[in-house]
Amino acid sequence: MHIVDRRLNPGSKSLENRQRFLRRAKALVQGAVKKSSQDRDIKDVLEGGEVSIPLDGMNEPRFRREGGTRDMVLPGNKKFIEGDILPRSGEGSGRASDPGEGDGEDAFRFVLSRDEFVDLFLDDLELPDLAKRKLAEAESEGLRRAGYATSGSPANISVSRTVRLALARRVALRRPRPETIAELEAEIADCGDEARRVELMAELAALKAKLRRIPFIDPIDIRYRRFETMPKPVAQAVMFCLMDVSGSMSEHMKDLAKRFYMLLYVFLTRRYRHVEIVFIRHTDRAEEVDEDTFFHGPASGGTLVSSALQAMHEIVRSRFRPADWNIYAAQASDGDNSGSDGAAVSRLLTEMILPVSQFFAYLEVGETGGSTFDMPDSSLWTLYQRLRADGVPLSMRKVSDRSEIFPVFHDLFHRRRKQEKAP
Amino acid sequence: MTATAGFLFEGADWDFTKLQRIHDACEEIARSELGLDTYPNQIEVITAEQMLDAYSSAGMPLFYKHWSFGKHFAHHEAFYRKGIMGLAYEIVINSSPCISYLMEENTATMQTLVIAHAAFGHNHFFKNNYLFRQWTDAEGILDYLDFAKSYVAQCEERHGRLAVEQTLDAAHALMSHGIDRYPGKKKLDLRAEEKRAGERRQHEESAFNDLWRTVPTGPVKSAELLSSERRRNLLGLPQENLLYFLEKTAPRLQLWQRELLRIVRHIAQYFYPQSQTKVMNEGTATYVHYRIMTRLHEQGRLSDGNFLEFLTSHTNVVFQPNFDDQRFSGFNPYALGFAMMQDIERIVSNPDDEDREWFPDIAGTGDVMAVLRDVWANYRDESFISQFLSPRLIRHLRLFHLHDDPEQRAGIRVDAIHDERGYRRVRRELARQYDVGYIDPNIEVVDVDLAGNRRLMLRHTVIKGAQLNEADAKRVLQHLADLWSYDVSLVEVDASDNVLKEYVLNPRALAAAA
Repeated sequence: MHIVDRRLNPGSKSLENRQRFLRRAKALVQGAVKKSSQDRDIKDVLEGGEVSIPLDGMNEPRFRREGGTRDMVLPGNKKFIEGDILPRSGEGSGRASDPGEGDGEDAFRFVLSRDEFVDLFLDDLELPDLAKRKLAEAESEGLRRAGYATSGSPANISVSRTVRLALARRVALRRPRPETIAELEAEIADCGDEARRVELMAELAALKAKLRRIPFIDPIDIRYRRFETMPKPVAQAVMFCLMDVSGSMSEHMKDLAKRFYMLLYVFLTRRYRHVEIVFIRHTDRAEEVDEDTFFHGPASGGTLVSSALQAMHEIVRSRFRPADWNIYAAQASDGDNSGSDGAAVSRLLTEMILPVSQFFAYLEVGETGGSTFDMPDSSLWTLYQRLRADGVPLSMRKVSDRSEIFPVFHDLFHRRRKQEKAP
Repeated sequence: MTATAGFLFEGADWDFTKLQRIHDACEEIARSELGLDTYPNQIEVITAEQMLDAYSSAGMPLFYKHWSFGKHFAHHEAFYRKGIMGLAYEIVINSSPCISYLMEENTATMQTLVIAHAAFGHNHFFKNNYLFRQWTDAEGILDYLDFAKSYVAQCEERHGRLAVEQTLDAAHALMSHGIDRYPGKKKLDLRAEEKRAGERRQHEESAFNDLWRTVPTGPVKSAELLSSERRRNLLGLPQENLLYFLEKTAPRLQLWQRELLRIVRHIAQYFYPQSQTKVMNEGTATYVHYRIMTRLHEQGRLSDGNFLEFLTSHTNVVFQPNFDDQRFSGFNPYALGFAMMQDIERIVSNPDDEDREWFPDIAGTGDVMAVLRDVWANYRDESFISQFLSPRLIRHLRLFHLHDDPEQRAGIRVDAIHDERGYRRVRRELARQYDVGYIDPNIEVVDVDLAGNRRLMLRHTVIKGAQLNEADAKRVLQHLADLWSYDVSLVEVDASDNVLKEYVLNPRALAAAA
């Protein structure tokens, strides 16, 4: 008889089969993922979870018989006698059709892991205008500490670890301590009885021999600090979140903007190992703030979009060299801007911001309930539209409801065909 | 044997030395007192996740890759995570050595129960039952699965995953009709089978000579010459093993596709005995674990507390809800099997007059194990029930027979109950519920239109008016047509040769190109 412990075998033997299943059901699962993500909070969106897909196309048909006369033998007769006729619908037969069974046939529920969920969720999306793509994915090597090794250069000896191991070894092998030997020697010196003295001398000799045999530090104790190379990103991404926080922006609008920013962040973190976020809020003057202030801090004043663009430009110049950073910007606003600001905005955008950015998205947020089609073109929208007509690479969408965020996001980053991308 | 060898273990914890001790104690009882004859045992401890893995590939430790297993895995996992479904305590594989998987979270008592149940009960049944001896090759199955796995992987490399998947999908749809129900001339030997597959390929490669194509053939025989009788004879028709028929005669299949059909067919054949012996197999294993556990307790090697724990789970396992109970979902094979084994034990050792009348051959012969071993070796569910279901057990389970005829407007008739007039009828009907001949639709290839459009003609002989589910039948026939690559027709015929329904399906262009 053999007993085998299989618990340590590599798990997920079914992983490949599972992936095949997901691949086969991809269109269905993707639909289900989109649908389920619409009802969720952004934070939960990427948590994975249960989805349910129709079984169509995933079924494994077999020849099955149905209908006809049926004979069955059942246990637990209480009152029937031969020849009784039982009404068909009702308790009599005890085999009332189970409604749950029908459901199980139509939909197939299972749990997706976080990675699978995000993969499917972002599958058909792509970063626009990847001018710096090569740079973005080139990586240099750096060193980092990674535990201890038994070999290495003397410069890397880890003294504390080595001494610790030596101590453990000495204890384990019962190497006599110097104090023990000193005590023994003292006892011999005091000893009067000859027989006892001989005995103690022999003991001392044995201890001393042992002391010599077991070294204080053995080569096997020596440990070296180990270093490991690790990829270091040379090109990172920075994401600028620009938002109008003047009085006309309601909580709902900020919420819409926040959702969009979070999606963008998740999306960028999947492409770049290192993503920084800069929050710039503006009224008639702009300031860089932390996230909490950005979304919740009170502010009031007029609206000057150019102030935010100017702030972004300055931050880029001082901290994010365009050669090293992929720059993404998303601006959210209700579209109000003071009329005199238009010229400054268009100059800043076309001359300073857009040339160094990978992508600039403008999201115009509206009040809930209103359809996006009803939203009148605001001053900023009209301005941007004019810029776009001149060939400036700007992406812009209007959003007024939570459920539109995902479609709009998908729309913006949808994988374009090659010929469209070429110019 | 010493009466008090001390407890095998105390408490709930187990380790590998304890497992070994438990196994040895069970083995001693199984061999000397029950006279069991088993394959060598291999006990493997696995985690819950590995158990889920095993679930999705039909319990086998290795299997080729296919999306449907992933689907089952996702399904089981979702249910398990929600807590709707518990996992089995063990899975046992009909192989030599006999592999039993034990869940790591079982307590020591449960491990003892499971070892007695699987490593001795099921193991003995696998080794001795005639169906398993006839249809399965316990020595070769793991090697064959290994071959199947690498062969499928090779095919995917050479011919593309999609083409392989399509072929396997089609083969899986026909799996239940890829079984030989009657033994052929030679014994199935999977290892030789694997060797032959290699040799076949090698021979075809070495004997390839383009010249043969140019050798003139003899005069073509006219269609009249090939009388339909002769044609059917040549094709081996009628043939109920659809996969075999396709493998041998489908005109446009590639060699590797035929080999895939063969693999699926062999695996279906391997599982065929298991579906016919559920009640007996579980009954045997349950009876064996009950005897072994009781004996261990009597010997003082199992503490009272552990024995109570065992009795609790044993009682849960052999629980049979009544038909009007919410939990009822058909007969529990453990309950029915165990009840019948115990009943046989009673008949053999302590019969009453009724038993003497019904079972003159075994009543009062005294040697319980000899009778049971003979039963375990020579019966399957259907014959087992029709021979050994006693009137007393029918009364005890209060069995009754319902006859549901849709023509009968008034309702369902109670045809027989547990009384003097009904015993034999109830027993016959119950046995029939376990007869594969009645469970699987009887579908045969009857003819091929060789002279015309090569249509493959199938026939479903309808029993008791139960026709095929239309949607599923169409899907399966579509797969069949894809493999055959010409039209396929299926007629459903009742006992008096009236055609009830006819299906015709054309092959999809996609598969023909693959």
